[in-house]
Amino acid sequence: MSMLHIVNKSPYERNSLAAAVGHMKDGDTLLLIEDGVYAAVKGGAVAGQLEGKTVSVLGADLAARGIAADKLVEGVAVVDYGNFVDLVETTDKSQSWL
Amino acid sequence: MSEIKKFMYVNRRAPYGTIYAWESLEVVLIGAAFEQDVSLAFIDDGVYQLTKGQDTAGIEMKNFSPTYSALGDYEVNKIYVEKESLEERGLTLDDLQHLVWEDEDDDWAEKDSIRLVSRAEMADVLADQDILFNF
Repeated sequence: MSMLHIVNKSPYERNSLAAAVGHMKDGDTLLLIEDGVYAAVKGGAVAGQLEGKTVSVLGADLAARGIAADKLVEGVAVVDYGNFVDLVETTDKSQSWL
Repeated sequence: MSEIKKFMYVNRRAPYGTIYAWESLEVVLIGAAFEQDVSLAFIDDGVYQLTKGQDTAGIEMKNFSPTYSALGDYEVNKIYVEKESLEERGLTLDDLQHLVWEDEDDDWAEKDSIRLVSRAEMADVLADQDILFNF
């Protein structure tokens, strides 16, 4: 069993990221979209929460917010909408931490 | 003869995820016509509004970030950015747009609009205003 955890809120405004990370199990993937992408910025106060997790970030949402790929935490994968669909398909369930 | 008041627009939301940032900008531009003493504060997630290089083609939303660079032409040239808010988010002033205005009293010299202030200094700036608009 694997789960895709989707976070779309800023980690500095809501606790969605902490809620998602706190419920992740081995083999799960975290996907950051919309304002959730800010969690992946290197040097940010919440960046440590991503440690040891498999994390993907939606590239279109990063670009919209002016966050360049070199600003991201190491190991984070930048994905497109097609990859988003693939992630949904390859995991057993999706959980959106709205 | 109406008295000039100090108006401050306080921005605490990221752009695009909600409509607050864009709405604030619209109100600032409308308000600029009333010749008040206008300033803007960017606190918490509000600092994200000013990041440079925003490209919204992939999310099919209007990129309103270039509008911030027009504020100087409306004599909106006091843009306070909170240092701690940037730091908590892994950002520095270099990640933001370079916003300028031209000072007609100084041979149209180009001057920086952004004033990087500490949280304590921001508290003083807020306390000094007549009217606060919150977005």
